[in-house]
Amino acid sequence: MATAVQATVERENYLNNGYTLKSWLLTKDHKRIAILYLISITAMFFVGGFFAMLIRLELLTPAGDLVSSDTYNKLFTMHGISMIFFFLIPSVPAVLGNFLIPLMIGAKDLAFPKLNLASWYIFMIGATFGLTSMLLGGVDTGWTFYTPFSTTYSNTHVIGAALGIFIAGFASIFTGLNFIVTIHRMRAPGMTWNRLPLFCWSNYAASVIMVLGTPVVAITILLVALERLFHIGVFNPALGGDPLLFQHLFWFYSHPAVYIMILPGMGVISEVVPCFARKRVFGYEFVALASIAIAVLGFLVWAHHMYVAGISVYAALVFSLLSYLVAIPSAVKVFNWTATLYKGSIRYDTPMLYAFAFIGLFTIGGLTGVFLASLGIDVHVTDTYFVVAHFHFVMVGGMVVAYLAGLHFWWPKMTGKLYPEGWAKLSALLVFVGFNLTFLPQFVLGYMGMPRRYHAYPPEFQVLNVLSTAGASVLAVGYVLPMIYFVWSLRYGKDAGPNPWNAVGLEWMTESPPPTHNFDETPVVTWEAYDYEHQPDEEVTVGR
Amino acid sequence: MAASDIEIAEHNLQHHFADMDQQRETSTFGMWLFLVTEIMFFGGLFCAYLVYRATYYQAFVEGSQTMNIWLGATNTAVLICSSLSMAMAVRCAQLDQRKMMVILLIVTMLFGAAFLGIKAVEYHEHWTHHQFPGPNFQFEGAEAAGVSPQNVQIYFSLYWAMTGLHALHMIIGIGLVTWITIAGARGHYSADYYSPVENVGLYWHFVDLVWIYLFPLLYLISKKHGG
Amino acid sequence: MASQVDGLYLFLVSVSVFFTLLIFALVFVFAVKFRKSAHAKAEHIEGSLPLELTWTLIPLGITMIFFAWGALIYFQEARPPRGAMEVYAVGKQWMWKFEHETGQREINALHVPVGRDVKMIMSSQDVIHSFYVPAFRIKQDVLPGRYTTTWFRPTKVGTYHLFCAEYCGTEHSGMIGEVVVMEATAYQAWLANGGATASMSANGKELFSQLGCATCHRSDTQGRGPNLVGIFGKPVQLNDGRTVMADENYIRESILNPQAKIVAGFQPIMPTFQGQVTEESLGALVSYVKSLSQPQQKAEGGTPQPAAANESN
Repeated sequence: MATAVQATVERENYLNNGYTLKSWLLTKDHKRIAILYLISITAMFFVGGFFAMLIRLELLTPAGDLVSSDTYNKLFTMHGISMIFFFLIPSVPAVLGNFLIPLMIGAKDLAFPKLNLASWYIFMIGATFGLTSMLLGGVDTGWTFYTPFSTTYSNTHVIGAALGIFIAGFASIFTGLNFIVTIHRMRAPGMTWNRLPLFCWSNYAASVIMVLGTPVVAITILLVALERLFHIGVFNPALGGDPLLFQHLFWFYSHPAVYIMILPGMGVISEVVPCFARKRVFGYEFVALASIAIAVLGFLVWAHHMYVAGISVYAALVFSLLSYLVAIPSAVKVFNWTATLYKGSIRYDTPMLYAFAFIGLFTIGGLTGVFLASLGIDVHVTDTYFVVAHFHFVMVGGMVVAYLAGLHFWWPKMTGKLYPEGWAKLSALLVFVGFNLTFLPQFVLGYMGMPRRYHAYPPEFQVLNVLSTAGASVLAVGYVLPMIYFVWSLRYGKDAGPNPWNAVGLEWMTESPPPTHNFDETPVVTWEAYDYEHQPDEEVTVGR
Repeated sequence: MAASDIEIAEHNLQHHFADMDQQRETSTFGMWLFLVTEIMFFGGLFCAYLVYRATYYQAFVEGSQTMNIWLGATNTAVLICSSLSMAMAVRCAQLDQRKMMVILLIVTMLFGAAFLGIKAVEYHEHWTHHQFPGPNFQFEGAEAAGVSPQNVQIYFSLYWAMTGLHALHMIIGIGLVTWITIAGARGHYSADYYSPVENVGLYWHFVDLVWIYLFPLLYLISKKHGG
Repeated sequence: MASQVDGLYLFLVSVSVFFTLLIFALVFVFAVKFRKSAHAKAEHIEGSLPLELTWTLIPLGITMIFFAWGALIYFQEARPPRGAMEVYAVGKQWMWKFEHETGQREINALHVPVGRDVKMIMSSQDVIHSFYVPAFRIKQDVLPGRYTTTWFRPTKVGTYHLFCAEYCGTEHSGMIGEVVVMEATAYQAWLANGGATASMSANGKELFSQLGCATCHRSDTQGRGPNLVGIFGKPVQLNDGRTVMADENYIRESILNPQAKIVAGFQPIMPTFQGQVTEESLGALVSYVKSLSQPQQKAEGGTPQPAAANESN
C-alpha cells in the first residue's frame, strides 16, 4: 500500500514567490505588475464613481442645491479625468493585457519587464498629481480643458491636473510600446499572426494608437500648462493664439483614445464568446483586420467633435464621411460575434452574460455614434446629454462591462480561485438593469435639449433625471458586489484548476495561478486559434 | 581578467529571451518605436508652428531675424559632428575596439556640451532682450516692421518651447551617453553585446535630426537677413 | 429646418431600432436555441466571405445615405439666406447680449418676428460659449477673437429656451435665456418701444469718425488706407498674393490685428485698435462698413455717405 504522500508544500506560483513588499514593489514579473495595476485602477474607479454619485445626486432636482456651481463643475471634471485617464485607458491593457499577453503567446514575460514596472510607477506618480490637485481644491475645466478657459480664466489647479495626465500618458505609451514589441518578437514557435488570439490583435491595435496618439496630447497639455505659467498665448485669442488649434490637437489624441479604451474590451469579448459557445470566432481574419481598421480610421475622424466649433463646412463634410467609415469595422465585429453563437453550444456563465450585455449595449452605443456622425443631427445634440449617453453606453455599457467579463473569465487563472457564480450573476443583472435605467433616459434628455455640464436645469427635465439617478444607485450596487465577492474568493473561493472553463489558449495550459516563469517549457503551437473543435467538453463545475 | 565576448553576452542575456539575437532585435525594435513616439511628441509643436507661421508669416520673419544665424549654424555643425563621433563609437563597439569607443563617446559628449553651451549663450541673449514670452515680453521695431508684437510673441513661444524641449532631450542624451561610456570603460560591452551603445546611438541621431529641422524652420525663415 | 433635422433623426432612430432589435433578437434566439442543454455539440464554422461582404457593404451603403442627408442639412445651416435680418450677439461670462441692426439691445432675451430669416453674428468677450436653441435645432459655438454665424427662420410664435452649450465656467448653467418669437405687428411694436436711439450702422458711422478711421479710409483713392465703400462681401487682393473674402471676420481682424492682412498696394501702417474697442463697438463698425455696400438705405435717408473725417484734410 503506497499512498503517495501529498506534498503539503504549496506549488510555487507568481503570488507566493516572495511575500515581502519589496518583492512586489520591485517586481519585474508582468503578472505581479498587472495585479499592482489592478489595485491602482480599482481605487481610481471608485474615486471617479464617488464623483459620479455626487453628480447624480445633485441632478435629482432642477435647482443647484446640493453643491455650489463651482463644486459641481469640479465634480464633472474630476469624474471625467479619473475615469478616462486613470481608469479606462489603463484598465484592460494594464491589468488583463499585462497579465495575459505573454501567456497567450507563450512567452516568459513582456519584452521589457523593467519598463513595465517603470510604467506602473509613472502611472502612480501621474495619479498622485491628479489626486493631489483634486484634494487641494480640484479642477473645473472639464476633462477636455478647452482654451482659453483652461489657460486664462479658470482659477483652479489646472497645472497639477495637466501634469498628472501628462505623466500618466507616458505610462500608457510605455505599455503600448511593450505590447507591440512583445507581440512582434516574443511569440512562441508556431504562434503565427494567424493563430494569435484576438485579444492580442485588439491590444496590438490599441497599442499602436497609444504609441502614436498619446504623445500629441502630452505636448498639447504641456502647452496648456506652459501657457498658464508664462501667459504665452499659443491658444489664447487675446494674445493672437487660436483656441481651435487646441481643440484640433486635443481631439487628435482624444478621439483615438476612445478606441484605446474599447479595442481591448472587444478583445475580451472575442475570447469569452468562443469559449462559452464552444466554437471558433466566426470570421477570425475579419475580426482581426477590423481591429486594425478601427485603429487606422480612428486617427482620421477627430474633428467630428468640432462640427459647431467654427471649422469650415468642407472640413466638417470630410470628417463626417470618415466618421461613418470608422463605424463599419465595429459593426462587422458585432455581426461576427453574433454569428459565433449560431450553432454553438452556449453556457450562461457570468463572463458570457457580460459578453451578451456588451454586444447589446455596444450596439446601441455604437449606433448612437452614427447619429453623432451625422452633421445635421450633431448640430442639435452635440454638447447635450445625448452625447453623454452615447459615450457612457460605449464606455460603461461597452468597456466596463467587457472589463468585468474579462475579470470574471480570467480571475481563476490570476488567483487560482473561483468566484461565487450566483452572486456574480446577480451583479451582472444589477449592472445591466442599473446601467440602462441610468443612461437610456439621457438620450431623450439630450434630444429634448438639456445641455451637458449643467448644474441646474429647467424643471421639464426633472423626471428623466430622477430616473437616471435611480438607475445609478442600482448600478453602484452592481459594481460594489464584485469588489466584495472577489476579495471573499481569495480566501474562501473554491480552487480553480488550470482550466475551469475548458478554454482554448496557451494561458489555460499552465497552472492557476501561473508560475513566475509562466511555462515550464516553451510551448510549440501546432493548432489554430480557438481550436474548440478538438477541445474536450466535460461538464465543468463552477462553484457557488 | 577581462571576460570574453561570449561571457559578456551571456551575462547580459535576460531570462525571458531565448537567445541574444532575439534580445538584440527586440531592444532595437523597442528603441525605434520609442523614437516614433518622439516624432509624434515633437510633431504637436511642429504642427502649431506650421499653423502660426502660415497665419502670421511676417511676424515670424521678424522674429527669425533676431536669431543669430552663425551660432545656429555652428550648433548644427556641432551636432552633425557629434552624430559622426557617435556612429563611429557604435562601429567601434561592433569591432570590440573598447578604448576607441570610449574616446569617441567622450568626444560625442563634448560636442553635446558645446551645443548646450552655445544654446545657453543664445538663450541669454534673447532673455536680456526681453524676448521671452510672458508679461515682460518686448519687441521694439514691431510697429516699424508692420507686425503685431503679439504675433511675434507666438513665434518666440514656439522658439523657446521647441528648442527647450530639444535641449531637454540633449541633456537626457548626454546622460545616456555618460552611462554607456562608464559601462563601456568597465568592459561591459563586447562585439556580441553592444545593444545599449547602438540604441543610445539611435536616440542621439534622432535628437540631432530634430535640430536639423529646427534650424531652418526657426533661423532661416526669410532670405532677407541682416545676419 | 428643424423639421428636417427631426425627419433625419426619425429615419436614424428607425434604422437603429431595426438593427438593435435584430441583434438583440439574434443573440437571444441563438443563446436559447443553442444553449448547451439543447445543443450539446457546437458546429465548427470558420466564416463566410459572402456574409462578411454583405454586412460590410449594406451598413456602408446605409451610412452613406445618412451622411448625404445630414450633410445637406448642415450645408443649408451654414448658408444664411440673403436678406436675412441680422442680430449681433456677444456672449460673456455669464450672459447673452444682443443688439438688433436697428439698435435695440437686449440681455438674455431675443425678440424676433415669426417667418423671417434671422442671421446671428456672434462673438465672445472671454471664453468659448455656444448659442443653442433646442427648439430650432441649431447650435453654434461663440468664439473670442472671431465672429461665427448661424441662422434660423422661426415658424411658430412662442417663447423658446436659449442655452449656452459650451462649458464656460461657474455659471455656465445660468447662462440661459429665451428667444421670443412674435407676430410681425407685435414685433414692430416691440421695436418701436425698444428705446433704441440709433441703428448699429449709425453708431458705427459715429465711431468711424471718432476713432479717426475716416482720416485714412477716405471715399476716394487718395487715402492711406483702402476705400471701404462697396468692399463688403467681395474678394480683396492682399499684398502677398492671397485673395480673401471681405466678410465680418475680415473687417474685425483688420481693426484688431491690421498687420495680419495688408491690401495690395498699401503700406502696413494701420495701428491696432485692440483694447480700444469693445465687442459692441466692433459690431457697430462692422455693421457700418457693411452698410457702405448696400445699394439703398431708407433708414439712413438715401445713399449712405461715408463718414466725414474729423478735420478737413
